[in-house]
Amino acid sequence: MTITNSIVEKHGLKSEEYSKIKELLNREPNLLELGVFSAMWNEHCSYKSSRVHLKNLPTKGKHVIQGPGENAGVIDIGDDDAIIFKIESHNHPSYIEPYQGAATGVGGILRDVFTMGARPIALLNSIHFGSPDHPKTKSLLNGVVSGIGGYGNCIGIPTVAGEIKFNSTYNENILVNAMAVGHAKKDKIFYSKAKGLNKSVVYVGSKTGKDGIHGASMASAEFDENSEDKKPTVQVGDPFTEKLLMEACLELMKDDSIISIQDMGAAGLTSSSVEMASKGDLGMELQLDKIPCREENMTPYEMMLSESQERMLIILEDGKEKDAKKIFEKWDLDFVVIGKTTSTNNLTLNFKGETVGEIPIDALASKAPVYDRKWTKTKLPEKKTQIKDLKKINIEDALLKILSSPNQSNKSWITNQFDQMVMTNTVQRSGSDAAIIRIHKKEKAIAVTVDSSANYCKAHPFTGGKQVVCENWRNIISVGAKPIAITNCLNFGNPENSKVMGQFAECLLGIKEACEFLDYPVVSGNVSLYNGTNKKNIHPTPVIGGIGLISNINDTVNQFLKKDENIILQVGKNFGQLSQSVFLEEVYSITDGPPPEINLSNEKNNGLAVLRLINDKLVSSVHDISSGGLLLALAEMTFESGYGIKINKPKNLSNLIEYYFSEDQGRYLLEINPIHLKKVNKILEENNIFSEVIGTVQKDYLEVPGELKININDLYKANNTWYNNY
Amino acid sequence: MNSSVIVFPGSNCDRDIAVALEKLQFKNKMVWHKDTVLPKSDLVVIPGGFSYGDYLRSGAIAAKSNILNEVIKAANNGCLVLGICNGFQILTETGLLKGVLLKNKNLKFLGKDICVKAINTENKFCNKYKNGQILKLNIAHNEGNYFTNKEHLKELEDKNLIPFKYCDKNGNINEENNPNGSLNNIAGIFNNKKNILGMMPHPERMVDQVISNNDGTNLFTSLIN
Repeated sequence: MTITNSIVEKHGLKSEEYSKIKELLNREPNLLELGVFSAMWNEHCSYKSSRVHLKNLPTKGKHVIQGPGENAGVIDIGDDDAIIFKIESHNHPSYIEPYQGAATGVGGILRDVFTMGARPIALLNSIHFGSPDHPKTKSLLNGVVSGIGGYGNCIGIPTVAGEIKFNSTYNENILVNAMAVGHAKKDKIFYSKAKGLNKSVVYVGSKTGKDGIHGASMASAEFDENSEDKKPTVQVGDPFTEKLLMEACLELMKDDSIISIQDMGAAGLTSSSVEMASKGDLGMELQLDKIPCREENMTPYEMMLSESQERMLIILEDGKEKDAKKIFEKWDLDFVVIGKTTSTNNLTLNFKGETVGEIPIDALASKAPVYDRKWTKTKLPEKKTQIKDLKKINIEDALLKILSSPNQSNKSWITNQFDQMVMTNTVQRSGSDAAIIRIHKKEKAIAVTVDSSANYCKAHPFTGGKQVVCENWRNIISVGAKPIAITNCLNFGNPENSKVMGQFAECLLGIKEACEFLDYPVVSGNVSLYNGTNKKNIHPTPVIGGIGLISNINDTVNQFLKKDENIILQVGKNFGQLSQSVFLEEVYSITDGPPPEINLSNEKNNGLAVLRLINDKLVSSVHDISSGGLLLALAEMTFESGYGIKINKPKNLSNLIEYYFSEDQGRYLLEINPIHLKKVNKILEENNIFSEVIGTVQKDYLEVPGELKININDLYKANNTWYNNY
Repeated sequence: MNSSVIVFPGSNCDRDIAVALEKLQFKNKMVWHKDTVLPKSDLVVIPGGFSYGDYLRSGAIAAKSNILNEVIKAANNGCLVLGICNGFQILTETGLLKGVLLKNKNLKFLGKDICVKAINTENKFCNKYKNGQILKLNIAHNEGNYFTNKEHLKELEDKNLIPFKYCDKNGNINEENNPNGSLNNIAGIFNNKKNILGMMPHPERMVDQVISNNDGTNLFTSLIN
């Protein structure tokens, strides 16, 4: 078959990329080889547009065992324990087929974690949908939520935290990001680098079918009105098989049979074999006749490009096949030696006694295109809206409006569809600033959370990038954990658009600056570009997943009020910054102006002091002040507590709206027993931290004398009605 | 006491129940579904999860496994058997317990804390609970909507074969506090001899104050009495 321009285009390759392929091969590729190139060179697998920017991120630190470049990042949490974690997007498939797209997103990220030797202990998700009244939103929402639950519940890993946001920017391109966290022994971590010649390459797990062919290429292009036709490129997940695969792999990992192991994720057998060989600087020869197939007469092309789920590639030590096979047979899974490592540095594909494809590994991996695309800066927008020019609204109405809005309303209608308790180590479930998972049979625990702030990133990507890291750091601190490291999922539009590329570059610079300053390295992540439809790009949406360490599970707090007459202290300063706030968006539909400023030094100072107060057991509850501002944060502290707060009138800021709804950063609310107040103040003063007493815990009412008095049950009701009426 | 936990492909609460049993002084063994011999056991637990991926019908395939034949024999000889969640579904599929578990009334997976009232405590599993005691337990299931025929329902009520019913936090048993639509708010049932208990809520998730509460503990310690 001759390769025509139209075949090249169908494979998502540009004509100059095709020329480069011919140059690297010194000949024309055949169709199979072209397919393999397209699978490796697409944006999703090659990071060709993002690579030059990603390399600036801080990836090292005293807790980091493995940074980006492996299946997932690995951090040291003391003793012989390691945490392995990563976040990944499944945006495009979830828009085309929400249930399977979301489910396989969860399945894929779980494999990334247990491939490295970890037993997964927690799942998180960050999901973004279009406007609630967009005709597709409701079915996408229900499909995605049940897909996430369907997979996690069945495999038996608790889904413990997440975020959901609605914005019309995602009307035709939703975001579904899934994060998995696993626990391993430090000396039992498995990597993907192949080692040694003539070692057996083993295929394990499900059989290969025709599903998901070209999935990764699909995820590397914008949508148009024909996107529905791409349904066959979405994979179908089977959490039951994944559970068996996980148990079988973890059983095999108990001894030393495995040289290297890699899951077949995006671009299936192609990317797994190429990555293993490339990292080991070896060649690999595969006998495609041996691939266990779900259908008869599958072609080499289909086998190499299928994205059937729940499959792994393993390179075994000599003489270990028999014992290893026994384990996979026990779990009723396929186990087939399909090839061997070679010294040729080529990927050699044999089928029915012939070599049907032969490509130098470096042409697929290290020599893949890298683009330093043109990008433009986003100027800091000017503040246009003055509160005095807006139609007056009273504080109570504004609070109730925000509390009952889709974005701020209680998410238990989602989390009640997830098993949060299986594995019986969930110390704190979703609903607080971060979830807490105990390390099995230990005193210590980890805190986990995911965050994004697309509106800030849209307004000013550099500030937004910094903010989202800080927000995540603050959420980890708020439960009493020491922030250790993050993973990021970078969801952006079309990188060939210089404005979008600029958003990417500048968000990353912001992330870099904040991570460096806060000593919060990036150890893994994923880039999802081309999020948009018909040239309309989504708002830049980097999502940060953070891990914090808790040395003693008894030293944690949550955000819910504990005792009558306790004092509420605000740490950090309120400047009354309202642009880009939830208040302006929800009440006046105003979305212009700059995001709140980030002062990294205050952020760090305030956070570390709050963490010390929690660890010294001087506070009863803690909540960070984030989107929605002070009053929303106070209202959220009353939920599930039975208590309200009497709020003092502000001393300095004259405008109450600015005071109650501003989104100035680096702030926390602390509930303190009066007997500890002196000690707390002393610690804060010693560290030059601004704080003020802003109220007292009381029964039943959230109250600003003369301004507002709402029964806490009414607050809770307002916060819990939106979905029931949707 | 000696206990055995049966492990099927797709079981996912097997470790949780083993941890709970060991914490509460049981000598526990894990038993693989392909095994044909049941170790000497005073208690057999069929744990929660998605045995065989819930394919065909939840519990249906597990009910036909090798080891279940042995469990059925032991149960008929008076061995104590506890089926939790998927374990309850499996017990109904074997016929050891009558009735079926239908899809939840809202057709969605439910994972949350609920209250149940202990209404029949004169039996081996519940004797440490006070009659009328309200317990906060956790549920996590797609199919927990218990259904049976009228005669059997009457028998369950008349012979005190219902240990737990869903209720609100004050103990009121009504439709509003029935999470999954099960008949008469049934959260668990016994066989006639009361040596076999099937229940949807997970007592093993409530034996540790650090993560929840201790409301499930007495279910296990009652057996040691």
